[in-house]
Amino acid sequence: MLADIRAKVEAGKRLERADGRWLLTEAPLVDLGSLAQEVRFRLHPPRQVSFVIDSNPNYTNVCITDCQFCAFYRKPGHPEAWTLTVEQVLEKIESAARGGATTVLLQGGHNPALPLDYYLSIVRETRRRFPQVTPHFFTASEIMTMADVSGLSMPEVLAQLKAAGQSTLPGGGAEVLSERVRKRIEPKKGGPRAWLDVHREAHRQGFRSTATMMYGHVETPEDIVDHWEAIRELQDEHGGFTAFVPWSFKPGNTLLEKWIKTYQGPNAYLRMLAASRLYLDNFAHVQASWFSEGKRAGQIALHWGADDFGGTLFEENVHAAADFVNKTTVEEIVTLIREAGFTPVQRTTEYEVLQVY
Amino acid sequence: MPAVDTAPLTFRDSRLHPLWDKVRAGERLSREDGQLLFETEDLHGLGRLANFAKSRLHGDQVFFVLNRYVNPTNLCVLSCAFCDFARKKGEAGAFENSIEDVLEMIKPGTREAHIVGGHHPDWPFEYFERMIAAIHAARPETQIKAFTAAEIDYFWRRWKIEPREALTRLKQAGLHSMPGGGAEIFSKRLQKELRFTGKANADRWLEIHGIAHSLGIKTNATMLYGHIETMAERVEHLVRLREQQDRSGGFLTFIPLAYQIGNTKLVPRQTPPTDDLRTIAASRLLLDNFPHIEAYWVMIGEETASVALHFGASDVNGTLEDEKIAHAAKAASPAGLAQEQILRIIRDAGKIAVERDALYNVVKVWS
Repeated sequence: MLADIRAKVEAGKRLERADGRWLLTEAPLVDLGSLAQEVRFRLHPPRQVSFVIDSNPNYTNVCITDCQFCAFYRKPGHPEAWTLTVEQVLEKIESAARGGATTVLLQGGHNPALPLDYYLSIVRETRRRFPQVTPHFFTASEIMTMADVSGLSMPEVLAQLKAAGQSTLPGGGAEVLSERVRKRIEPKKGGPRAWLDVHREAHRQGFRSTATMMYGHVETPEDIVDHWEAIRELQDEHGGFTAFVPWSFKPGNTLLEKWIKTYQGPNAYLRMLAASRLYLDNFAHVQASWFSEGKRAGQIALHWGADDFGGTLFEENVHAAADFVNKTTVEEIVTLIREAGFTPVQRTTEYEVLQVY
Repeated sequence: MPAVDTAPLTFRDSRLHPLWDKVRAGERLSREDGQLLFETEDLHGLGRLANFAKSRLHGDQVFFVLNRYVNPTNLCVLSCAFCDFARKKGEAGAFENSIEDVLEMIKPGTREAHIVGGHHPDWPFEYFERMIAAIHAARPETQIKAFTAAEIDYFWRRWKIEPREALTRLKQAGLHSMPGGGAEIFSKRLQKELRFTGKANADRWLEIHGIAHSLGIKTNATMLYGHIETMAERVEHLVRLREQQDRSGGFLTFIPLAYQIGNTKLVPRQTPPTDDLRTIAASRLLLDNFPHIEAYWVMIGEETASVALHFGASDVNGTLEDEKIAHAAKAASPAGLAQEQILRIIRDAGKIAVERDALYNVVKVWS
């Protein structure tokens, strides 16, 4: 089977569902890594690994969507609920900018009390005050929330964000793009189309975005293949995805915690990265993270098909709410990449090289 | 998951092809081969070779033991440059446990007690002999794995008790097996540079293990790596262990110990996980006469230990309740894992967890 897959990959032929299932369940881990690494080097010959200096603040934890996997949100009116003013958000962006960030990934809960103008003001003021920072704001479901509160269509909301100065979207909120999984863990967020339609429209309007996956909860290998198929198909349409970014579910403090029997550790992560590198043949980049699986697992992951090490994440609150905390500095990221055997490269949100270390 | 990788073996580093032929034919690798294992950039190629060798011996099985770590004392007459554990008398944090204290640490039902300590300035040999006898009497179900070759050598240096006599008496008292510590790295240069000249040197360390083997005492072996040693010194260390195993045959497991920088800071950072995987794989391939290579999660972390099960490791040690030496040097891992976590490390790698005793008798095969 591996020989068949190798032949397909070398001939530039697309992998099929059965291939994907086998990669996820049976492929020997080291051989899989080896093949993924060949593909990675064919796409990106230099022995370089990129990273971005960024921060992940949040503007509100108020949310009406009650996702089973989320430890971050609070219902409206909850004593621990909070929402920042536009100025408070801009202070966070200023602090990220002072730390050298070129990207701010801003996201929040689905708070029906916030008008569209709130979001547009944040984008506009970020562009005006911090032109060096790319506003990488608002996941697909937040865009849908903006459409709901404003009465505008989703494409119109995206057009207004674009006019305000935004040109990329983060890929969060995909979880696993399978009807069954999304119904089980996030019934109020809609099926895969809810996420896919926003990204399709965004790409049509010239936005770039990332595709993510949060695995390691109730999904089966079949669901993962559904996810790959969906984003690979969409990428064929407009080529708007910059990268694929998977991470494992962190069960701490979530409603889903007691249902999760299987632990998805470093081997599962390496397998996911390498198999994704092989399946997603129209994605330029696959991101491994020092953050989501730990620094040392992240270093190993750079040998399983990933060519990017994510961001510095000066601020992060969502994983932290699940008691998963991990911090770094630019110096440490550079060292981690070097130790793993690669030359560190600082990049922009859209994967343009800024600096070779 | 298949026990042995069946993929066509082509290597990114073509220099690995002759090694693959040797490994498949069961031929011994040379020093030069060993050097290549530590030099190649083809980490996956190395992993595939080692995984082949491991799978041929043990299939998909990975072993662990429910054990307890016991340190009678951290008082030590030595001042090894890499050690954060040792204390001088009166120094803050120094401890001396009575036999009663030690007995209390070993709960009834403990499968293996791993007992090592400092070179105490004045506890007589008889104290240790009594300690082993007392543990054996109180906990007959517990296998006692105690005293590194360095400690056995110290009984000679301090009390003029020959290793053969010391080991014979300790065995009589209830000693089961010996841990592999105190080997550090077999290099005259580093013995001087890292200030462990007062400790059993390579010849003595190997001699004592040979004596233990001749008395029917099984032992382990270690290597402290990731500090200022060269790759050639690592290869030399492994080759010397292999030669000793040819002579005496009593080694069970080789445990590469990643140096923890702690407060001794011989190097600025701990060696990266890719080096751990490389070292484990190279050890599996060079030490063709050792039954097991261990991924010691205390030193390398649970994640790397789990991945190492694809790089030739067939053992993850154990639960190691109350480990102190690596943690004195600020090892990032928890000081003891629940059995459930040990099973996770093994299962995440898709391997079969086999609970063992100190001598690798199978206690239970976990699904």
